[in-house]
Amino acid sequence: MSFTGQSATGPEESSTSQAATHGRDSLRKAVVVGGNRIPFARTGGAYTKSSNQDMLTAALDGLIARFGLQDERIGEVAAGAVLKHSRDFNLTREAVLGSALSAETPAYDLQQACATGLETVLGLANKIKLGQIDSAIAGGVDSASDAPIAVSEGLREVLLDLNRAKTLPQRIQVLSRLRPKDLAPDAPNTGEPRTGLSMGEHQALTTAQWKITREAQDQLAYNSHRNLAAAYDAGFFDDLLTPYRGLTRDSNLRADTTLEKLATLKPVFGKNLGAEATMTAGNSTPLTDGASTVLLASEEWADAHELPKLATVVDGEAAAVDFVHGKDGLLMAPAFAVPRLLARNGLTLDDIDFFEIHEAFAGTVLSTLAAWEDEEFGRTRLGLDGALGSIDRSTLNVNGSSLAAGHPFAATGGRIVASLAKMLHDKGRVDGRPARGLISICAAGGQGVVAILEGF
Amino acid sequence: MTDKYTQFVSHGIGKDVARKLGLPQPVVLRRHQPGQPLVPGPILVQGSSDGADELAAALLSWDLDVRRHAVPREKLGAIILVLDELSRPEDLERPVLAAAASIRDLSPSARVVTVSRTAAGAPGPASAAARQGVDGLLRSLAKELRAGATANGIVLADGVTTTSPSALGALRFFLSGRSAFVDGQFLTIASGEGTLPADPDKPLAGKVAVVTGAARGIGAAIARTLHRDGATLVVVDIPAAGDHLATVANEVRGTALQLDITREDAGQRIIDHAVGRHGRLDIVVHNAGITRDKLLANMDPDRWNSVLAVNIAAQLRINDALLASEHFRNSPRIVSVASTSGIAGNRGQTNYAASKGGVMGMVRATAPLLAERHGSINAVAPGFIETEMTARIPFATREVARRLNSLQQGGRPGDVAEAIAFLASDAAGGITGDVLRVCGQNLVGA
Repeated sequence: MSFTGQSATGPEESSTSQAATHGRDSLRKAVVVGGNRIPFARTGGAYTKSSNQDMLTAALDGLIARFGLQDERIGEVAAGAVLKHSRDFNLTREAVLGSALSAETPAYDLQQACATGLETVLGLANKIKLGQIDSAIAGGVDSASDAPIAVSEGLREVLLDLNRAKTLPQRIQVLSRLRPKDLAPDAPNTGEPRTGLSMGEHQALTTAQWKITREAQDQLAYNSHRNLAAAYDAGFFDDLLTPYRGLTRDSNLRADTTLEKLATLKPVFGKNLGAEATMTAGNSTPLTDGASTVLLASEEWADAHELPKLATVVDGEAAAVDFVHGKDGLLMAPAFAVPRLLARNGLTLDDIDFFEIHEAFAGTVLSTLAAWEDEEFGRTRLGLDGALGSIDRSTLNVNGSSLAAGHPFAATGGRIVASLAKMLHDKGRVDGRPARGLISICAAGGQGVVAILEGF
Repeated sequence: MTDKYTQFVSHGIGKDVARKLGLPQPVVLRRHQPGQPLVPGPILVQGSSDGADELAAALLSWDLDVRRHAVPREKLGAIILVLDELSRPEDLERPVLAAAASIRDLSPSARVVTVSRTAAGAPGPASAAARQGVDGLLRSLAKELRAGATANGIVLADGVTTTSPSALGALRFFLSGRSAFVDGQFLTIASGEGTLPADPDKPLAGKVAVVTGAARGIGAAIARTLHRDGATLVVVDIPAAGDHLATVANEVRGTALQLDITREDAGQRIIDHAVGRHGRLDIVVHNAGITRDKLLANMDPDRWNSVLAVNIAAQLRINDALLASEHFRNSPRIVSVASTSGIAGNRGQTNYAASKGGVMGMVRATAPLLAERHGSINAVAPGFIETEMTARIPFATREVARRLNSLQQGGRPGDVAEAIAFLASDAAGGITGDVLRVCGQNLVGA
């Protein structure tokens, strides 16, 4: 009798988020088996002649070799690129066909700006949790060297009308509309379509708003290079990376950089803001080429294939901000996504062992941390009693991040997921309890995708 | 790839010109392909001992065409000279001269194999003389044979029969195209250990094998050959060679392990990977090696130390881990790549030759340590092999180097791999602490 009464009132009392948590508990786990990426190369460097398909195929083949997946029919492969040729409409499937995987492995492309890589992980992990697939490969690739160049809008319209014209006089009439300026190609740019500002100029506004100093940004950049170099020296990437085209390390890495050297660089963004410009080429990521992949599986599939289980994909959250009207900075969406994700999982910042906050710019990471430490932001924007909190900086990007490694847009998510999964697994073995990691990736269009992994 | 000179003198006008001018006439060697006949014609078994009869019966049971007496003018695939009961040098005459009458009937790429006993175990001086005599006889005959034919010997320890598993295994290896570039060499059958494979084309079925230095050259060829013979592969190379390694791993359907073998924990990492991913570890091939050539007068510590560290110290450390592991106890096999430089020496290679000499010493001393677990360890010493490395030798030097052996050509990486695959097989269990040269009977280095 009493049971009936409880079950009748139970659902009304529990919040929807709790119900969601309970629902997730009944799902099976999605585990990160491992990953593989190629070293990231500064644009115009080692991978100048490599296409997105070449690089994604190379990253896949390295993953296949590491885990013995030759001829394996994987449940699904999802990857994407931000800068994408129209001919690459089926980029991921084409890369699968060119790889050593079974040709019967289905694949799809996904595109969510710089969050592409992490979103492929979350989407595929969800399918595994739901039992739709048992194995998956998530990934991403980008080439700023081999970027698509479009014809101008004027030329494009003329060419399309020319194709429709039936008679010679009609064709001459169409062609006569062509003007010299129409022949200039339309090169891609990373500017925001709605504001016309580049990502760097947007971040400069945010950096100034949160009063992030030049010194703090340079220190973050210095840490990134130092940490990444140390990770390479320790062999951390021996089972995360496969060399490509003569590169064995990320070409942007400056193991010998110093704070003094970084301090000499001239600002490149925010020079017209009135305030002192603080963002340099040293504390901003350069354009980069590269690809990454992550092998995901159900526990049963990993066990049956005698493969390692590094971490589970616990949960993910996306957010977006209204940067167009200046309400928030372009890259501040993770500042909102993370508190929501933590709350849903009953966690606080103190429950996180490793933070992986993508270093689009040093200012992005520091502005996000500043927002979380700000009482007013916590109260008015996050709906909390006060500040979300601060983090132990020694747990931030401990093996380096994008400032040192570079940032081939869609490949960054895979880089972080595989590295973090390995770190969590290793730490868990030392501590004797599962370690927890948080990933935060900002993206163009005022978006952000964040995720929690837990060590296996 | 057959070198251009060999191609030229193998056909038509090139063949005539080379013969008239007395130039070397290398031929395209008979190399193993699954499914092909073991030998290119009937096998003549010479010798009147019980051991000869038993051997002939064993060959008949393999459905081979066996002769106990020569048929005049019949082309032969092989002559097996069974000399297992020699008690004095005079005993050599009858079987050897009987075989001599058939030498001209050997087909191209035919085989001569002697079966004799170790001189070390001889009961007296006369029998030791007879037994040791086979050594000189065989090596000289190997130099007389033409058209890709080779001569090799099987030496039985006392108490080991002509039909013991490894004697038959070694015989099959020498008769087959797997031994194409092995010439003038002996394999000693130390014991009756070993088992013959259920399927001679898949002698490594069910085995898990690790090959170091597998990203390219001889290491990649070893991986391919072990895979062809049925093994599951773990291919290892330094992280910087990972892209080539991945290509090899995907080709042989194995797993790639990017690992610097000079790391302190390399042995444990290899064991963990093999056992973790494939459930077991049966075979380890120490192939990884480097050269840093310099005359000794100009030698610096870096060149000396790096070569010794990779080529021998790493192997010793990995072997220690293997010997200590509970996962390497079921008839395990270790095969190391040595070099004829370690036997005969090579100008500019004091460091390399020291390391490769070290490999041979290590192999001999490790053999007893593996005996109680029915394991074996051997080395293969390649001579001039056509690889990316030897392709960088200046043309004239290279051309001379590759002709300086009885087969008058360089070997292929696959030839080294075949010898390693045989020594890694169950059939080779009775062979341990031995060094097999794959050098076409190189004229230097004995």
